[in-house]
Formats: sequence, C-alpha cells, structure tokens
Amino acid sequence: MEALIIQALTGLASASSLFLVASGLSLIFGVTRIVNFAHGSFYMLGAYLAVSLLALLPRGDPMWWWLGVLGAALAVGVIGTVLEMVLLRRIYRAPELFQLLATFGVVLIVQDLVLLIWGPQDILGPRAPGLRFSIEILGQPFPVYDLVLITIGPVVLAGLWALVRHTRFGMLVRAATHDRETVAALGVDQRLLFTAVFALGSTLAGLGGALQLPREAVTSHMDLAIIAEVFVVVVVGGLGSVPGAYLAALLIGQVHAFGILVLPEITLVLIFLVMAAVLVVRPHGLLGRPLAHARGGEAVAVLRAAGPRVRQIAWVALTAAILLPLAGSQHVVTLATEAAVFILFAASLHLLLGPAGLVSFGHAGLFGVGAYAVALAVKHWAAPMAVGLALAPFAAGLAGAAFGVMCAHLSGVYLAMLSLAFAQILWSAAFQWVALTGGDNGILGVRAAGWEGGGLAFYYLTLTLCLGGMLVLRRAILAPWGYGLRAGRDAPLRAAALGIPVVRLQWAAFAIAGAAAGMAGGLFAYAKGSVFPTYLAIPKSVDGLLMVLLGGIHTLSGPLVGALVFVGLEDVLTRATDLWRMALGLIILGVVLVFPQGVVGAVSRRTRDA
Amino acid sequence: MLSRRTALMAGAATLATTRIASAQARPIRIGEINSYTTLAAFTEPYRKGWMLAQEQANRTAARPFETLFRDDGGRPDQALSQAQALLSTDGCDFLAGTFLSNVGLAVSDFARANRRLFVASEPLTDALVWSQGHRYCFRLRPSTYMQAAMLAEEAAKLPARRWATVAPNYEYGQSAVRWFKELLSRARPDVVWVGEQWPAQGRIDAGATVQALLGMQPEAIFNATFAADLLAFVRQGQSRGLFRNRAVVSLLSGEPEYLEPLGDEAPEGWIVTGYPAEQIATPEHTMFRDAYRARFNELPKLGSIVGYVTMQAIAAAVARAGSAETEALVEAFRGLTWVSPFGPTEFRAIDHQATLGAYVGRTAVRGGRGVMVDWRYADGRAYLPADDIVRQWRPQG
Repeated sequence: MEALIIQALTGLASASSLFLVASGLSLIFGVTRIVNFAHGSFYMLGAYLAVSLLALLPRGDPMWWWLGVLGAALAVGVIGTVLEMVLLRRIYRAPELFQLLATFGVVLIVQDLVLLIWGPQDILGPRAPGLRFSIEILGQPFPVYDLVLITIGPVVLAGLWALVRHTRFGMLVRAATHDRETVAALGVDQRLLFTAVFALGSTLAGLGGALQLPREAVTSHMDLAIIAEVFVVVVVGGLGSVPGAYLAALLIGQVHAFGILVLPEITLVLIFLVMAAVLVVRPHGLLGRPLAHARGGEAVAVLRAAGPRVRQIAWVALTAAILLPLAGSQHVVTLATEAAVFILFAASLHLLLGPAGLVSFGHAGLFGVGAYAVALAVKHWAAPMAVGLALAPFAAGLAGAAFGVMCAHLSGVYLAMLSLAFAQILWSAAFQWVALTGGDNGILGVRAAGWEGGGLAFYYLTLTLCLGGMLVLRRAILAPWGYGLRAGRDAPLRAAALGIPVVRLQWAAFAIAGAAAGMAGGLFAYAKGSVFPTYLAIPKSVDGLLMVLLGGIHTLSGPLVGALVFVGLEDVLTRATDLWRMALGLIILGVVLVFPQGVVGAVSRRTRDA
Repeated sequence: MLSRRTALMAGAATLATTRIASAQARPIRIGEINSYTTLAAFTEPYRKGWMLAQEQANRTAARPFETLFRDDGGRPDQALSQAQALLSTDGCDFLAGTFLSNVGLAVSDFARANRRLFVASEPLTDALVWSQGHRYCFRLRPSTYMQAAMLAEEAAKLPARRWATVAPNYEYGQSAVRWFKELLSRARPDVVWVGEQWPAQGRIDAGATVQALLGMQPEAIFNATFAADLLAFVRQGQSRGLFRNRAVVSLLSGEPEYLEPLGDEAPEGWIVTGYPAEQIATPEHTMFRDAYRARFNELPKLGSIVGYVTMQAIAAAVARAGSAETEALVEAFRGLTWVSPFGPTEFRAIDHQATLGAYVGRTAVRGGRGVMVDWRYADGRAYLPADDIVRQWRPQG
C-alpha cells in the first residue's frame, strides 16, 4: 500500500512538469490554432539556458537558483516572442497546417544550434540548493524537490485560471479561443494578442524545462522526447482548456507511474492507448469543447485538371525519369527509386490532407504496414514479389479502413492525434513483438531475385507502380467521388443535405490512401532490402507531411514536387554537411516565408495572375 | 603584398605536390557512416580518434587513406542511402562505422547483398557476428554477450541472491538482460530474479522506475541504461535511497562518456564495464593517450578508442592484404592481429568478432568526479562462447 502511495506521488511530480509545458501549448493552440512543434524546443532551451545562467550566478544560494530558473523561463519567452513576430505572424493566413511546417523547421534549427552552443555531452544541471535532501514518507525516502514540483503545478494552474477568468487579457484569450474572427471584427488587435499568448506559452515551456534540471539530464533530444507526450496531454485535456490540460497531465502522470509497475515493457505506447480510448469516448477531450472552425486563410480554389502547359512539363519529366538510368550513376537510380516511392506516399497522404480535409499525423503507420506485410511474406513464406506487392496495399488498405471506422466522428487536430496514436500503436507492435518482427533489429534480406533494389528492373517497376498509383489517386480526386469528398470537407452540412454520404466517402478515402501508402511501403521494403520499426515512427509521418506541405496542399502536383524536393534536399544536405538539420530547417523556413502556398501553389498562382 | 604572394605560391606548390602524390597512388577511400547528429557525445571523440589513426597510418602507408564521414541520423534507411552513395558515387573501397545495432545490421545486410566489406565499429548486437553473420562483415567492439559475461563473472562473487534488472527497451537492453540472467543463473543457481524494468530509451521516467525497483526489494540490481537515462536514474536512485546497501552491476557506466557528466554525483561502488582513460599505464595506451592529447588537447573517451582502433585495424588489414580489393581484404581481416591501445587484439576467423576487451572495475568519486577503481582489463578472448557453440549460432558456409 505504502509503495502505491509513493508511486502515486511520483506520478504527481511528473504530472506537474508535464502540465507546465502542456498548458503553454494548449493556450497557444487555443488562440492561434498553431500546432506548435517548436514547443518542445522551447522546453529544451529552457533547460539549457538555465544551466548556463546558473553557472554564472552564485552557487548554493536558493534565491539565486530560483531567480536563475525564472530568468531562463523569461529568456525563452523572449525567444518565443521574437519567433512569433518574425516568422509566424507572416504566415497566419497560409493554409492550416502550414504553420506546422514552419515550427518544424524551427525544431531542426534549434537541434543543431543547441549542439553548436552547448556541445554534445549530456549535462547534469545543478540541483536546487536547500532542496537536495529527501524526507521519509511512509517509511520511504522521497525527494523534497518532487514535493515542491507537486505544489508548483496547482499554483501555476490557479494563476493561469485567475489570469484567464479575471483579466481583460484572459477574456480576450477566451474569446479568441472560441471565435477569433469575431474578436478581430470587434476591433481587438489580434497581432498583439497572438504575440502575448505566444510569449506566455513559451515562457511556461521554458519554465517547465528549467524546473526539470534537478530531475533529469539536459540533452539535445529532450525536445522530441517531450513533444509527443505533451501533445497527448493537450488533446486528452481538450484543446485550449488549461484545467483540462492539468487533468490530463494528472492522468498521464499516473498512467506512467502505475503502467511501469504492471506493464513495464509498453510504457511508451500506454499513453497513446489511453489517448485513443479517451478520444473514442469523448471526441473533444476531457474538458474541451467543439472548436469553431477557424476561418483563417483564403477560400480554397476548386481543384482542376492541369492545363496543357503543365501536361507538356509532365511529359518531359516522365521522359527524363525513363531515360535517367542512361545518364546517372547507380546512386541516382537508387535515389530516383526512392523518390518514386515517396511520391506515391505523399500523394496518398495528400488525398487525406487536401481533398478529404482529414489531417493525419500517423500516415507512416500505413506505409509501415505495407513494408512489414512484404517483409513478413518474404521471410515466412518466401513469397515471390508479385504476392508481396499484392499483399502490401491489401493489408494497409484494411488497416486504413479500420482506422477510418475508429475516427469517423473526429475532425481537425483531434483526428490528427488519434491517427498519431494509431501509428504509435502499430509502431510498438513492430518494436515489441520481437518473435514476429525482429523488434528494432528489423527484418533483413527482403529481396526478390532479379528485382534487386537499385537495379534497373526494379526502378522501372517502381516508376510504373508509383506513378500509376498517383494517377489513380488523381483520377479519383477529379471524379465525382472526389468532388463529393471535397464538398464534405468544405461544407459538411450542405453536402449531407445533398445526399452525399460524407462519412462513407471519408472512410473510403482512408482505405484508398492506406492502400496507396501500403504499396509505397512495400516497394520501399524491396528497395532497401530490409524493414525497421522506424518506417512506422513519427519522423516518417512528419517527412510525409513535409513533402505534401512543401509542394502545396491544394494542388494536384504538389505532393509530387514536394517529394522530389524533399528527397533531393535530404540527399544533398546529408552528404554535404553534418549540419544538415539546420540547413534543411532554414530552407523550410525560406519556403514557408516565400511560398506560403507551397512550391507548386506559388507557381500556379503566379501563372494564373500573369 | 609580398608575403601574401609567397603564401599563395606556397599554397599552389603544396596543391601541386599533393596532386602529383595522388596521381602516383590513388588514396584508399573509406566510407564511414555514423550517428553524428543524434549521438554526438560518442561520435565526436570517435571521429577524432579515427582521424588520429588515419594521420598516423598515412605517414607510412604506401597508399594514403581518405575517409568520408556521413551521418545516418540514427535511422537505418538513411544509413542505407548513405552506404549506396558512398560506394557508387563517391567511389569508396569499403564501408565502416555505425553505432546503433539496427543501423549496423542494416548496413551489414547491404554489404552481404553487394559483396562489399563492412567493418562495424560500435554496434553491440550479437546478431551482427552470430545469427546474421556473414563473410563481408567484421565487428570490433565487445558485444552485449561479452560485456554481460564480464559482469556476470563479477556478479557471481557477490552474496546477493535477489536480483532485479533495468534496461532500455530495445535490442541492446533486451539481449544484455537475457545474457546476464542466463550467465549469472548458470554460475549461481540460487539466484532469484524478482523483477524487470524496461524504460524507453532516452525517455526514462526515472522517479517511477526507481520507485518500482524499490518495490521489488532486490538485494542487487543489474542496470543497462546509459547516457541521459543513466543520469536521471542515478539522480532519482540516490535521492530515493535505491542504492543504499544494494549492489549495482552496470553495463557501460564506467565509460567516460557516461561517467563524466555525473560529476560528484557519480555512484560509488558500482561494478561496471568502462574505460579508465587517465589511469591505464601500458606502453601501448600511454603512447595513444599522449598522441591524442597532443593532437586534441583532451583526454580520450571510449569513442576515441573505438574510432582509433577501427582505423588502426583497417590500416593493418590493408597492409596485410597489399590491396584494398574486397576479397583480399576479407581474407586479411580473418585472423588479423595487431596491437591496439588495449593490447594485442585479433579479428577471429571463426566469427569475425574482434577480441578487443573492456575494463571491469568499480566506480568511485575522486576529486569531485567519477572514476573507475580496482579495475582490470578483461580480454575479449576470455568471454566468448566455445567454438562449437559459435558454429551453431553462426550460419556456416
């Protein structure tokens, strides 16, 4: 019994630090509707800055320690403010999710900056003077600092609650969370409000990071380690709801603490299972309310088939792709094979993101199902390639359909997070089920005689299947089916009134996108000759999002161009420099600022204007 | 102006001579892949050690060595792209490197399919030389099995009977725990295993993990967490009294990469594998340490050793083969012996595993930082299974 109480207390301490970070993210999202990936970077910067500041301040005095922590939090607040004013402010009117791309660019840049400034060594920050001891609780030593953390959570919650409930600023925040267009129409300076909220949110993240010093090591992976968890907390709590975030942090903290006792092997996936369960029962989180549709951005132009000029370009590009092996080296063929695979992957994600308006953060899950279907077929049944490539889209299509059923009643970021949970659950199956999948060592030797990855035959096969798959998707989008899908996205009520079965169309979209992603995954497995759980992991999903967004979400050729740009950039940058993450991040920011409609979106707009 | 012109001319002259030199002997090009961005704490000293060995080798080598370092971002698929590019575009003669086990296995599989040499430096997985072993892959570091065997030997001497384990939840941790349990139980049939903790790599919830371990009331703990997880685990363990009156046997924790950041909070009396760089006084090691210090103005870390010895072995193999051609090199690597900073070392012909060992000792705090004391060198040769078992485990032919 005592042990359980101590375990619960430990969970409370973790909950407090989670809450600090999550409350900031929730506020930012509520007001600006930005899915801020860089929030984890703020958290990490808070910790690193606190280390540097505390090194300058007198040691051993509690007052200076706390001042140092606060100073670091405020410094992060300043960084957040600058980021909002210089970068995000320019792209609020871009299509939804485009800001995500920008914040991801910031994540990449900060990762390399941290390595450059603070070096690669993990740092163990100074502990809080006066709070280094433990006290006996129920006969067990318990760190006093954790008790302090347990109280800081509710204190911050009360402060935020008072701020939101009883000040004019709070009133505006609530109003903007509810309906930001109306707030703007009433003459409130939105820019100032957004900046202020961003400053507050990033300060909280910095504080959360700085307060972790006595508990954890400061490392250059803290950002991504926390961000997924914080997203879970924000979504489980309900977007924009600070008390909800606290409740969810408590829940997740306890799930962690007790999950470790019962099922220590699946700690990572446990929180995603909890999130999936919560979202199925309460689609808007514990305390969230349905979001008013953010009407930011411009009306989406109707997608139309390409004009004659684009067709000419497409024919030239296709000819170039066919002739490519004549001119290029082995590496170019390999790269082109990979590019073809990612074109299909991006196109399948685009079907969901663009025409269907269904945001998926877990598309790599479906890609991975295809890859593993092929690998398992080859490993266990020595299946020939035709069988593998038939199995991949079939399996992933089924997975997509199953997923479509699960999230039929969700939309927006809630849907995105459920898809993330779905992919994480698949990932953990690939990772944990060692007997079947080989765990993180993966499955090797996925090859078919005569069709080796990097070979010419395989290149042409991939080119045919991927471009063919992309054309099928394109045809579907331009068919009445696709128009129905788009009607469901833009005006679900009207579409339903016209007799369009919106939910069924979306469900079919999931199945079709799943099949296409699975085909891409299956080809990828053959191309690489091996599969690994990383194929289903979050970074692969993010890669897919980057491709679609880079190309432009509301164009048909966007995913194609985006995938080409992404694969090319990654190849060139990773071979040229160890600072490739920073270079990629800077390029992403450049694209975001110069082409807020994506590369293709910008080109087509320019030609239309001309 | 004059000095500038002289400098320019001198530069042109050097350029010209290097060009002539390279025309005489095309350099042997090594394609090196590692997690430079994601595991920089290990891979930066690693690259320094490598460069030092390369510079030393180039002083005498008939054909100079040239290494292209590429980042895999911690992802096997990115490593495969790099491997392909290094061989086909950059004209590398063979591949080397990698840190993570799954990346190492991916590159090894690529090497097998393409019949090109791959010298794996750091990945610890046993599969690399045993269940997935093949002609074209060699591995330098003592594997999880070997290091677990070194620690199990020490653990068997402890009076403790109730043991708990904590390890990161991926192949390295899983096989470390599996081997440690098997080997210790074999030596001490009276040992009872009271529980396991499997924190996710890089994301340990240290407080809860420590508390869970306390609940199991073990007499001793086997730990395989490292890096940031280890730091958090040690801190929470100290403040919650986990290590009080308990023996801890810990994999890798004596490596400077992981011991140094702990500073004066380093645990005392843990039995660890590691590398007491400043204390080893053999002539081979002193020579290496002095050269490293002179070149980089710092003490070597274990990464420096791994990088240095890998490149050293490559230079020795090339000298033995008299060429950089794959099949000749493979034959040269089989049974290759050379003197590393750790002493005489061999690449076994039977399974392509090097006999490089590790240092086993206890941790202590001296002068405000963690060090290893009472250590000894555990030669890898002594911690490998019998040849007939290896033949069962490794595909023959």
